[in-house]
Amino acid sequence: MKAIVSVIGKDRKGIIAKISTILAAHNINVEDISQTLLQEYFTMIMLVDISQSTLKIGELKELLKAEGEKIGMSINIQHQEIFDVMHKI
Amino acid sequence: MINSSEIMETLEMIDSQHLDVRTITMGISLLDCICEDPNKTAEKVYEKVVKKAGKLVETGCELEEEFGVPIVNKRVSVTPVSLITAGNGGYLQVIKALDAAAKEIKVDFIGGYSALVHKGMSAAERAFIESIPEALSTTEKICSSVNVATTKAGMNMDAVALMGKTIKECAKKTASSDGIACAKLVVFANAVEDNPFMAGAFHGTGEAETVINVGVSGPGVVKAALESVKGDLTEVAETIKKTAFKITRVGQLVAREASLRLNASFGIIDLSLAPTPVKGDSVARILEEIGLESVGSCGTTATLALLNDAVKKGGIMASSHTGGLSGAFIPVSEDEGMISAAGAGRLTFDKLEAMTSVCSVGLDMIAIPGDTKAEVISAIIADECAIGMVNNKTTAVRVIPAPGKKVGDSVCFGGLLGEAPVIPVSTLSPLKFISRGGRIPAPLHSQRN
Repeated sequence: MKAIVSVIGKDRKGIIAKISTILAAHNINVEDISQTLLQEYFTMIMLVDISQSTLKIGELKELLKAEGEKIGMSINIQHQEIFDVMHKI
Repeated sequence: MINSSEIMETLEMIDSQHLDVRTITMGISLLDCICEDPNKTAEKVYEKVVKKAGKLVETGCELEEEFGVPIVNKRVSVTPVSLITAGNGGYLQVIKALDAAAKEIKVDFIGGYSALVHKGMSAAERAFIESIPEALSTTEKICSSVNVATTKAGMNMDAVALMGKTIKECAKKTASSDGIACAKLVVFANAVEDNPFMAGAFHGTGEAETVINVGVSGPGVVKAALESVKGDLTEVAETIKKTAFKITRVGQLVAREASLRLNASFGIIDLSLAPTPVKGDSVARILEEIGLESVGSCGTTATLALLNDAVKKGGIMASSHTGGLSGAFIPVSEDEGMISAAGAGRLTFDKLEAMTSVCSVGLDMIAIPGDTKAEVISAIIADECAIGMVNNKTTAVRVIPAPGKKVGDSVCFGGLLGEAPVIPVSTLSPLKFISRGGRIPAPLHSQRN
C-alpha cells in the first residue's frame, strides 16, 4: 500500500533526515522523493510504502503532524489513491 | 509518481478550498420489519438500523483518515415509514426507534419519515402526514419528506393543501427554536429514491437491501478554479467540468471503499455542489465569479444553468453510477453568499423560484414571515412542483415560516443549517385555488409510451 507524505514550510537543515528517520523507525520504505524550493518555501513529496508499517496511517499522521509542528512545517500523509483518481483517467 | 504540482493542487483543494465529501448515506430497506404489532415493528427497525449501519461512522472516519479528505456527514436513509407502518399505524413508535438508533450509531440524521402521495392519499397516509409535526418536534435526528407530484401522475392538490398546513404546524410546534422542524421537512415533485442529502433522503422500494450513496461537494474548489479564468464562457464551462471531474472522482473512491467495507451495494454518486455557511464554500460566489455583481441580479439564472450543466457533464465521466439530486444546490440559509444577498434584498423569492428551474433542487431553506398563511405556502409548493412536473425534474420546497418573525428579522439554526434572513413573499390570496383540491393533470409530455 502506497502513501504520499507531503512536507510544506520554510526551508531549514535536516528536514529530509528527520522525516526519513521517523519513517524508517516504523518500517516504512521511501520509494521516491521530490523536492522544490521556491524562494524560502520548501515543498517535499515522498512516495512511501506503508504495507509493512508498524503504525496505522492515522497514528502515523498524528506523529508526523506533531513532528512538523516542532520544526514549523506542515506534514501530512494520505493514501496515494486519492491523488491517482483525481489526476489520472 | 504523480507530479508534485498535482499533489499540491489536491492538498490545496482540501486545505484551503473546502473540498470534502459532503455525505456518506447508507440506505437501508425496512420492508422486512413490517408486522402487525407496532411495537414489534419499532423493535425490528431499531435492531436492523443499528446492525446494518453500526459501523458507518467508524468507517467514514477511517476513510477520512486514510485519504485525508473530510467526510462531513454520515447518515442513514430508510424505506418510507408510511409504507412500513401502513398496516399498524405505529409511525410514532417507529420514529422514536429511529431517533434512538441514530443516537446509538452516532449518525447526523436519519431520513425517511416519508410518504409518496403524488396521485392520491390513503387514510393511513393522511394520518401519517398529520403526524409529521409531532414527529419532527419530538425527535432530533429525523428528517421527513412528502412527494406530492410527478411528471407521470400530475399533482395531488389535496396533499399540497395539507402540506401547507403541516408546515405551519411544524413551525408552531418548534416556535421557540425559530421553527426548526420545518428545516427537517421537504415537499417534493419527482422525488428520487437514492438521494443521499437531507432532509429529503429516503430509501426507495426499488433499491437493494443496503446501499451506499455519496454526495460530493466543493463550491470553493470551483470558485478558486474560475478565479484564474480570463476567457469566454466556453472556457468557464470547461474549467467547471474539469474541476467537477476531480471532485467527483474523490466521491467515487470514497463510495467504492465505503460500500466494500460496510458490505453494502454501491448505489450512486450525487453530483452536487452543496454549499455551507462557511466563507469560501458558496455557490452564490461562483455565480459572482462568473461575472455578476451579486447573486440575484439579472443573469443569475443563466449563470446557474451553465454551472449546473457543467457540473453534471464533468461529474458523469468520473463516476460509474450517478443519481440522487445531482446539480448545484441553492439553500439560502446554508450559503454565505446567498445569506448576504437575501439579507440585503438583492436576492428575492421570485428570483430564487426562477433559479430552481435550472438547478437542483428547489426553494430550499428560505425563511419567510411567520404570519404567512397556510394556503400561501401551499401555493408556493404548487408553483415549485409545477416547475418540476412540467420540466421532468426534481423540485422541492423547504421553507420556514419563522414564528413571530417578519421581513428584516433572521432565523439562526446553527451548524450546517446556518442562518437565514426572513424575506418577503406575496400576501395575495390563492385560497380559492388551493381549496378546490383534486389533481392537476399530468402534462402532455408524460405520455411517452
